[in-house]
Amino acid sequence: MSEDEGKPIGRRVLLSVLAAGAAGIAAAPVLQGGWQKLLDADPVGVTQLLPNSGGFRYYSVTASVPVKNEANYRLTIDGLVDRPRSFTLAELGALPQRRVVHDVQCTDGWKVENAAFTGVPLSALLDAAGVQSRAAAVRFTCFDGVYTESLTLDQARRPDMLVALKLQDQPLTHERGGPVRLYAAPMYFYKSAKWLSGITVTDQVRPGYWEEYGYDADGWL
Amino acid sequence: MTPTAGSDRVPRRGNVPRPGQEQRPGWVPRFGRVQRLVHRATGWLMAFCVGTAACLYFPPLAELVGRRLIVVAVHEASGLLLPVPVLLGLFSASFRADLRRLNRFAAYDGEWLRRALKRLRSRPAGKFNAGQKLYAAWIGGAVPVMLFTGLLMWFGGLLPWIPRSSAIFVHDWLALAIAAVLVGHIRMAHRDPLAREGMRTGYVRLDWAREEHPNWLG
Repeated sequence: MSEDEGKPIGRRVLLSVLAAGAAGIAAAPVLQGGWQKLLDADPVGVTQLLPNSGGFRYYSVTASVPVKNEANYRLTIDGLVDRPRSFTLAELGALPQRRVVHDVQCTDGWKVENAAFTGVPLSALLDAAGVQSRAAAVRFTCFDGVYTESLTLDQARRPDMLVALKLQDQPLTHERGGPVRLYAAPMYFYKSAKWLSGITVTDQVRPGYWEEYGYDADGWL
Repeated sequence: MTPTAGSDRVPRRGNVPRPGQEQRPGWVPRFGRVQRLVHRATGWLMAFCVGTAACLYFPPLAELVGRRLIVVAVHEASGLLLPVPVLLGLFSASFRADLRRLNRFAAYDGEWLRRALKRLRSRPAGKFNAGQKLYAAWIGGAVPVMLFTGLLMWFGGLLPWIPRSSAIFVHDWLALAIAAVLVGHIRMAHRDPLAREGMRTGYVRLDWAREEHPNWLG
């Protein structure tokens, strides 16, 4: 029997995989819901390495990020404010805290349900610094040296915008953006800049890091 | 194609030995330059694609490597280029002949699968065994699905009626399946140095070919 004869099983398998891919796309919303139920029923956590396992993933745009702690961390507030100043970690911790519980949603599809961030409301820090009348936006810089984000002043004054110090009531770890990160609860997680080191009040919105690469400046969920 | 019974090295359509090749007693030409180049290029592109995927996906690797923008760029470029070697290979008659062999399942291929499930050592096969045929067909279907879902993730508004989360769902899970299947592919190659020699040099030992691919040589 020649090798050119026989049933074209190869072609059938290939086309079946293509069809399965299309079916997967169509059924994804249902399958994802079932997967979420399975995760909720998995107390051991064997599913941690599988897609959308409910945990945080680590994104950094730089090769390495310095580690900051109580001794060397500073958050500066400057730009169009009456009283530019900087805060130590202890000073931030001494201010009135707010706890915001919200789902974290990344543009890459992963999600963490009911994440509890605790920290100083961004509006309180802005009020303490005294925002000038021609200000319209806030720019955030990070001690990784590269990442930036921004919000309009109206967005920044929302009660669910935090300068977060804690996650699930524990101090923010370095991997999660600690000791201090932004938490913009009503927006996609790229807006919640990790390793926050600077807040600058500006007269217009300046696109952040990913926004220079096409992301929406208004990252509403 | 005429049967080649009784002859070990009758030139075949699409696998015509070049002058000089016939003078290697004990060896048979298995893969021409095109097949080997396509395999090597695809292998490297796959390595880059899977390697960068791991750095984007697994937190420990992501923490080690960082540099998300460049990792994403390498992942996108290697993913886009992944089908190109095979598509270029289609210009070669000998490559197309091997694709035809991979496509067709003879009666002995069913027997090969049955014996493989029973873990029997000796299994009949043509130039490609049934496992290789299934692998080729499966990965040939999986790569276009990854390319399609990857493009949907990359260009969000490409097909607005497909939710981005659905594309991500398929891309993530199929990536995991591909990783498992690739591990199998590499493990098979690792276990058979004589088969690897065929992909590296283009030639295999005659006794290996008679043992592993009896229906190839006739």
